[in-house]
Amino acid sequence: MKQYLLSVYQPEGDPPPPDELNAIMQRVHALQAELKAAGVWVFSGGLHAPSTATVVRVKDGDVITTDGPYVEGKEHIGGFTIIEAPDLDAALEWGRKAARAITLPIEVRPFRDQH
Amino acid sequence: MTEPPVSTSDIERVFREEYGRAVAVLVRHFGDIDTAEEAVQDAFMTAVQRWPSTGLPPSPAGWIITTARNRAIDRFRRDASRDERHAQSVRLQLDQIQRTRQQTNEPDEGDAVQDDRLRLMFTCCHPALAPAAQVALTLRLLGGLTTAEIARAFLVPESTMAQRLVRAKGKIRDARIPYRVPGANDLPHRTRAVLAAIYLIFNEGYTASTGERLVRDDLCAEAIRLGRLVASLVPDDPEAIGLLALMLLIEARRAARVTPEGGLVLLASQDRGLWNRGLIDEGQALVRECLRRNRPGPYQIQAAINAVHSDAERAEATDWRQILQLYDQWMAIAPSPIVALNRAVALSEIAGAEQALALIDGLALEHYYLFHAIRADLLKRLGRSREAAVAYDAAIARTNNAAERAFLQRARDSVRPHERF
Repeated sequence: MKQYLLSVYQPEGDPPPPDELNAIMQRVHALQAELKAAGVWVFSGGLHAPSTATVVRVKDGDVITTDGPYVEGKEHIGGFTIIEAPDLDAALEWGRKAARAITLPIEVRPFRDQH
Repeated sequence: MTEPPVSTSDIERVFREEYGRAVAVLVRHFGDIDTAEEAVQDAFMTAVQRWPSTGLPPSPAGWIITTARNRAIDRFRRDASRDERHAQSVRLQLDQIQRTRQQTNEPDEGDAVQDDRLRLMFTCCHPALAPAAQVALTLRLLGGLTTAEIARAFLVPESTMAQRLVRAKGKIRDARIPYRVPGANDLPHRTRAVLAAIYLIFNEGYTASTGERLVRDDLCAEAIRLGRLVASLVPDDPEAIGLLALMLLIEARRAARVTPEGGLVLLASQDRGLWNRGLIDEGQALVRECLRRNRPGPYQIQAAINAVHSDAERAEATDWRQILQLYDQWMAIAPSPIVALNRAVALSEIAGAEQALALIDGLALEHYYLFHAIRADLLKRLGRSREAAVAYDAAIARTNNAAERAFLQRARDSVRPHERF
């Protein structure tokens, strides 16, 4: 089994209106239950906005702390799920379900095998 | 009795014909493209050394596959003896190979090999790979073209093509793109992707999108070879037959399409005596086969349109009504602005340029050089020279093919010889 990261590409700006957001969240919970029932779920989480991010990095031997995301972009990772799947086709099938549930693009990316 | 000597070109021919088959079998055994390619290349190196003195083996493909498999196993054993940590996984892998051989009872000939090539083709044309990568992988792994040859055909530096191939093979390995014939649900659209890659190869060969030469013959020949292979591998898909027929019918006109100086000759002005009757007969027979199956699709309809053109001994004898009907059918199953544009050309032959122009002026094809070229021609036929010249300029600005640019420039000069805008 291989692990895949399914991350949600979220555009910057306001979230959808409450009704729509509720419907999305219901579908997301249903999908999560389906992933768990299928025994492929490893971990999921939703993230706060990039404005809540803090970056620490090494500069000239010191570690400095700065406010905000590392890279400003039109999209950011809004949340992610880690699943186990035998191959990319199986992972993409879950990716399609996630894209339909969330109505945002989903990036499917393999983890390196552990040695 | 002495065997005829084996020349380098004999071995090259075997390489070209059997490389894809051998790689496909080895990928099944070892589950890894690089291992398979290295082993097959090793085997051909050995063949180059041995065959000139031993003569061609009774089954060159079988010899290559067996030699390649032994080479790969030797390599695994060498790696294993160097690295004890590695040894266990290698032993497991060798066991696995033994099991596969027993289960499938040495399936290096016949159906199993067909399946291997089909599996590899679906891997090469997986939708998770970019079309340019699909095309490059298909030519490399199934066509047996070298990286240098593919780079030359697509007019990119060899290092760029090498990088494209490495990246694609890396994605297949790391993301674990499976070697598998898709299930019944996915089969039609996955087959579509394979056909699209082959047609892309053909078109790149037929109308090089950049550069001096209008036709790069090798790519067309390779696309037709792959088209034959796919048509034999997915015999239940009439679109695969349709694509093969389409390519054969277009290829049949090659000698008539380009002047000795490399200029472009339109269908209406071609010397039809130069058309290849053998290819036309084969293409038309395939079109009839498609009609019998009665499950039309875009490739089959395009093939049928080309079959109608091939029937006309002179351009004036073309059955435009039948062609218009085929375009109507195409618009009904897969409407698009490009189909509408080509349908308008057929309509202009029946109802006149005025009606056709009214139809195409509403199409959102501003970026497409043929849209402007066709508009220019219709305007010219209506005597609207000034507008025609502007449209020719728009077409010239949107193509990089030297032969097409020269053709359009001549047409533009014929409407307004002394005036530039």
